[in-house]
Amino acid sequence: MAMSGMRGLSVFISDIRNCQNKEQERLRVDKELGNIRTRFKNEKALTPYEKKKYVWKMLYIYMLGYDVDFGHMEAVSLISAPKYPEKQVGYIVTSSLLNENHDFLRLAINTVRNDIIGRNETFQCLALTMVGNIGGREFAESLAPDVQKLLISSSCRPLVRKKAALCLLRLYRKNPDVVNVDGWADRMAQLLDERDLGVLTSSMSLLVALVSNNHEAYWSCLPKCIKILERLARSQDIPQEYTYYGIPSPWLQVKTMRALQYFPTIEDPNARRSLFEVLQRILMGTDVVKNVNKNNASHAVLFEALALVMHLDAEKEMMSQCVALLGKFIAVREPNIRYLGLENMTRMLMVTDVQDIIKRHQAQIITSLKDPDISIRRRALDLLYGMCDVSNAKDIVEELLQYLSTAEFAMREELSLKAAILAEKFAPDLSWYVDVILQLIDKAGDFVSDDIWFRVVQFVTNNEDLQPYAAAKAREYLDKPAIHETMVKVSAYILGEFGHLLARRPGCSPKELFSIIHEKLPTVSTSTISILLSTYAKILMHSQPPDPELQNQIWAIFKKYESSIEVEIQQRAVEYFELSRKGAALMDILAEMPKFPERQSALIKKAEDTEVDTAEQSAIKLRAQQQSQTSNALVVTEQSHANGTPSVGQLSLVKMPSMSSHVDGNSADPRLSPENGTLTVVDSQPSSADLLGDLLGPLAIEGPPSINVHPQPSSNPGSDGTVVEATAIVPVGEQANSVQPIGNIAERFHALCVKDSGVLYEDPYIQIGIKAEWRGHQGHLVLFLGNKNTSPLVSVQALILPPMHLKMELSLVPDTIPPRAQVQCPLEVINLHPSRDVAVLDFSYKFGNDMVDVKLRLPAVLNKFLQPISVSAEEFFPQWRSLPGPPLKLQEVVRGVRPLPLLEMANLFNSYHLLVCPGLDPNPNNLVASTTFFSESTRAMLCLIRIETDPADRTQLRMTIASGDPTLTFELKEFVKEQLVSIPTTTRIPIQQTPTSPVAQPTSAPAALTDPGAMLAALL
Amino acid sequence: MNKVLGGFGRGVGRGIIRMGIRFVLMVNKQGQTRLAQYYEYLTLDERRALEGEIVRKCLARNEQQCSFVEHRNYKIVYRRYASLFFLVGVDNDENELAILEFIHLLVETMDRHFGNVCELDIMFHLEKAHFMLEEMVMNGCIVETSKSNILTPIQLMDKTS
Repeated sequence: MAMSGMRGLSVFISDIRNCQNKEQERLRVDKELGNIRTRFKNEKALTPYEKKKYVWKMLYIYMLGYDVDFGHMEAVSLISAPKYPEKQVGYIVTSSLLNENHDFLRLAINTVRNDIIGRNETFQCLALTMVGNIGGREFAESLAPDVQKLLISSSCRPLVRKKAALCLLRLYRKNPDVVNVDGWADRMAQLLDERDLGVLTSSMSLLVALVSNNHEAYWSCLPKCIKILERLARSQDIPQEYTYYGIPSPWLQVKTMRALQYFPTIEDPNARRSLFEVLQRILMGTDVVKNVNKNNASHAVLFEALALVMHLDAEKEMMSQCVALLGKFIAVREPNIRYLGLENMTRMLMVTDVQDIIKRHQAQIITSLKDPDISIRRRALDLLYGMCDVSNAKDIVEELLQYLSTAEFAMREELSLKAAILAEKFAPDLSWYVDVILQLIDKAGDFVSDDIWFRVVQFVTNNEDLQPYAAAKAREYLDKPAIHETMVKVSAYILGEFGHLLARRPGCSPKELFSIIHEKLPTVSTSTISILLSTYAKILMHSQPPDPELQNQIWAIFKKYESSIEVEIQQRAVEYFELSRKGAALMDILAEMPKFPERQSALIKKAEDTEVDTAEQSAIKLRAQQQSQTSNALVVTEQSHANGTPSVGQLSLVKMPSMSSHVDGNSADPRLSPENGTLTVVDSQPSSADLLGDLLGPLAIEGPPSINVHPQPSSNPGSDGTVVEATAIVPVGEQANSVQPIGNIAERFHALCVKDSGVLYEDPYIQIGIKAEWRGHQGHLVLFLGNKNTSPLVSVQALILPPMHLKMELSLVPDTIPPRAQVQCPLEVINLHPSRDVAVLDFSYKFGNDMVDVKLRLPAVLNKFLQPISVSAEEFFPQWRSLPGPPLKLQEVVRGVRPLPLLEMANLFNSYHLLVCPGLDPNPNNLVASTTFFSESTRAMLCLIRIETDPADRTQLRMTIASGDPTLTFELKEFVKEQLVSIPTTTRIPIQQTPTSPVAQPTSAPAALTDPGAMLAALL
Repeated sequence: MNKVLGGFGRGVGRGIIRMGIRFVLMVNKQGQTRLAQYYEYLTLDERRALEGEIVRKCLARNEQQCSFVEHRNYKIVYRRYASLFFLVGVDNDENELAILEFIHLLVETMDRHFGNVCELDIMFHLEKAHFMLEEMVMNGCIVETSKSNILTPIQLMDKTS
């Protein structure tokens, strides 16, 4: 009686089976789906039997991988069928086809509940099973108490209770907030006294979930678990049906030992002793037997016992016993046991005392690295990776490299990454490290990420002893016929920097180096061409006296790439060409790269972050603990970039020569710039942006727009309006500074008033970046002090001059900023009461003979303590009316307003967190805005603003401001006025010493440029 | 002893509750699915992709290789009976051998009912295969391992129909 007599179904299945190909199968399935659809259209005419038949067909079709997007209703409706066979099909098919979020499921909730609380045991089981498989929140809400009751009911038979246990598990896992398990510890303990092994098996799964969530509450269950384990181990009262090849339910044994691993430890000496007796018996008494099933089952128990012993931190003797067992397992031929031996040995690495014993098995583990089975090779790789330390790194890494040549594609990436990490962490000497990485690039270049070769360059640059060796190695690889592009990059870079150290060796003259590198150029990508151009420039610089032939060759190349469409290549070509004609000056500019600041390896960090399987992860964590990573304020770590930042992070690991040359050029002697003014125009742009990338990599700090970078101010200070503006806020005393700022300080300040990160100040030596977070009346700022040079900045001092209304606390600023390092100084701000006064940072440092002292306004301005709030008409007008007049509501006619289209004005308001509420004012020429102001005295206070403009005269308007605090109203009114009237720099800086204050020129062009709004207006 | 890591820590404080068995598949040696039971919801596309990948990985393996295949972030424990492969997807820290023997228990249970079960039995009695599995696994956990208990509901159904 095929398919319980469902002949149509059997025919369908036969048809499918006889289909010659997928196309035929699809046709047959489509036909059947059409048939079912037609039948279901007239649902009333269907008997439950027919419905059942079609629903099974649907499940069958679904299993074959075809979408069944109808008939769900019919499947669900079968649940309410009165007879067992139909109901059963309804439940099973529903839980296969639907998920917990399906709407139809809700329709069945009442029927399901009735089945659960009803008297029919078989119906109870069906309903509990379905809820246990797909029950969602609504089921948890309406059924959890019933299910809990069933589980502990003494009148309920085991067959129902075992299902209730797993049903409850599902509801609890999915909705721990709905299912109340408080006070369940006692019930669970009671439940564990159960004799029925089916109930125990499922209750143990429930216990694991409960204990893993809160083991404290379930201590009382611990001795019960040990009792169960003893009962099974001694075969006491175990029905034949639960004995599997002579072993009392191996699954329950495993599950019980698993539950015990969720308790952190076992304090009670008696419980501990009984448990260790059982474990000892398992460890000693498990023999290899002929019958595969019996062997597997007993080893399943054994491996779980091993895990539990490791977890419990047993006595040393027992631990050594475990390692000995595992050592035996990794040498057996049976692949399953070998696999598990390797896997568990990796876990065993967690126990420090046994690592030396594990190392004794190294040769055996390496054999498994060559096993024909990839599963076993992966385990061996993980284990080798985990057990690697300084003592065995050379052997292990060399094995990995050897294996790399033959490894399948799927494993190469992991292998290269692991080899690179181990080489870096445990290198006995750095030349070996360089060897390993070059070999890696050679054998598996595709899998060597940029991080890896950047790291090599960092090491070589920072270690002089290593440079000739690395250069010689790089030169060797270039002789190979077909080398990977990454090898071209790294060799070209190293030879550019250090090739001259080889000059006396055969084949290493500048000319020869150039020609062998240049051979590779036609086959490489644009990013590599940029590196090659830098290398050529460096080779040229090192060929002294200049070889005219080489010079002409290289110049010809620079000339050729001057018209490259790749802007990076073009720029390098132009600059190098110009530079290389400067003769001696070239030497300084193209000198060797300075040392890199110490950083955490991006590679190791990545490895730590990568979500890998548990065994591997634990190994990495363990390594990370052994190798305490240095971390201080100077370590720049890679982080995900905030929105919109160019991803300079990766590249910032290595400074390309061209970038450095700018910096060096600037820093070597900034007073050079008047002489080679044209040069500065070209290169000051990338230098600031790139340096920013390097120093401020992880931050979303935007560099100044390139138009802001004018070299003129520095060359002829004080000769025109722009310069006055640029230096306007640098008090007169600082005119003595021989160091000129890069970019316009006032513009930078204004820009920072409307955004939260950016550059506050920059000169040839230092860059001060700022990043701020504002919450209510508090602000958390970080100052980033980046030394752009190769020598330290000393006598660094930062003093905050806070206005009355701000409480500011700057963390300690170090006296010295090391070369090319960045220091982060947090600055906490608390706003006490409303005021437009501005805080000033008095910053000074010494570089060589230059003493620099600048006073910089900090963008902790009034609008930072505003939060836009949207107000409806119903809220606005009562508020507006409740504040009748002065001093809470102030009105003023403002003249001399910068003419702005209404839309621009709205944008300006919004940028200051004054949220414009469109449509509130019926007059289209008016604007209404609202905001919340935060300070300690006012707390959160609503502010309302109304602007009435005159379309006939855009230079005047009437402004009304209201709030619940008179000072706030006044300050806000003045603040808004300042933004509308074009006053370039506020006159309210506390330490206003500027004699040439440009207040008197409100409409002059340069002044208007300081304000972003004005700039916009000027553009329009 | 190394206490830094708080013992071997089977997820003490880990907070992630795992489900154990994620799916049970029966596939013939041509790679055709004969039974598929998932304990976590996957869309049809996800199922198709997953079954394809698994079949490609496991069916190519030989008798000398172990019964465990690592796939994505979980493991497949599999066993072959004549033309039929039983594949069980489990979490990484599940006890592999226990699952391997659980497959055998399932096969023995089917044997007891069908008498030397074969691919055709499962094809043409898909509902019974499902009923048996449902008695054995629920919500990704083992619920029953006694063959007579597993088969009781099916016998009941045979009697009523």
